[in-house]
Amino acid sequence: MEIIISNANNQPIYEQIYTQIKSLIISGSLKEGELLPSIRNLAKDLRISVITTKRAYDELEKDGYIYSVAGRGSYVAEKNIELMQEANLKEIEEHIRAIMQLASSCNLTTDNIIEMVKLISEEG
Amino acid sequence: MNAIELNNVTKSYPGFTLDNVSFSLPTGTIMGLVGENGAGKSTAIKLIMNAIKPDSGSISVFGVSNRSSEFTKLKQNIGVVLDEACFPGILNTDDIDKIMKATYINWDRDAYEKYIKHFDLPRGKKIQDFSRGMKMKLAIAAALSHHPELLILDEATSGLDPMIRDEILDVFNDFTRDEGHSVLLSSHIISDLEKICDYITFLHKGKLMLCEEKDVLLDKYAVVKLSRENFSALPEDALIRRKETSYGYDALVLKNKINSAFTPEVTSLEDIILFMAKEENK
Repeated sequence: MEIIISNANNQPIYEQIYTQIKSLIISGSLKEGELLPSIRNLAKDLRISVITTKRAYDELEKDGYIYSVAGRGSYVAEKNIELMQEANLKEIEEHIRAIMQLASSCNLTTDNIIEMVKLISEEG
Repeated sequence: MNAIELNNVTKSYPGFTLDNVSFSLPTGTIMGLVGENGAGKSTAIKLIMNAIKPDSGSISVFGVSNRSSEFTKLKQNIGVVLDEACFPGILNTDDIDKIMKATYINWDRDAYEKYIKHFDLPRGKKIQDFSRGMKMKLAIAAALSHHPELLILDEATSGLDPMIRDEILDVFNDFTRDEGHSVLLSSHIISDLEKICDYITFLHKGKLMLCEEKDVLLDKYAVVKLSRENFSALPEDALIRRKETSYGYDALVLKNKINSAFTPEVTSLEDIILFMAKEENK
């Protein structure tokens, strides 16, 4: 499991952990039922605060991505990955609709937008 | 449960008062005690170890009052490293082993040997010929080898080079992999504390300035650099401290009170503490 914590990042550390574990789960790198590193070991390995790590795990649990068993640890929840991906697709569609609205207000064609998307994705 | 708890502790000396200080160190966490020389860090540590008595207030360690007879037994569970106090110079590492065996019920020779090897300390050499870093590592090895649940360290990393300091911080980091283990360490090297602490307690002239989660501090405060004109545009409730320079202002602000027109600098714990210490710049 790869988690990169950056101090130069404006995102709070617990959010960095939350988003990275969440995307590992959605992308399938972390499988259903898989045991996550203990809060303490993850914190110590990354040399970050135990409290912050716990906050990230609490948020993940609250949002249903993981569940914890007292005395044993935290596991990836049996959540319908397809549903989660579907939710992401829906969100992308909404963003695209917003883009189209903005674009029509300044006379951009769909091709112009596709061109922009290509350019931006090449930037990485 | 709290490993250490101070409630309204006051201790006066001529010219110095540790003034009504309360804070607690939750079990399983590392707390850094920050403050200038003479801020009261060592006084606080001496009070916790019951080496001196407070004028008022109470202190408990693992829920036990440090004035009770039970605390004497509990001391077996605490590893202490003090800034100056070291072992007599005429002894070597094997002598320390014998002395500590007679002192601590839980003394673990194997663990001690392991730390001596890990820290690369010379066998048979007299401690008086050790470098400062070696003496400090020996003190830490001895403090850890009776399997304490609480480590208390007073300026354990000061005067040491960055490599040795990092090595020592790693040992504390590993020590707290056990959720029953807690650490209180004082230092004026704030960057060391930023690296490993969960909580920061800041003493200034005997008063408690703050006791807060480290990451909350780093999320909450930021330094911004402003021209005079922009300074006046800063929301009043955002400003914590300011420093006027010849060319404008440096200001410590609450991040959530400023809008995106202000760009926060990358702010370290040291920046925050240094600003906080200057009360006249409110």
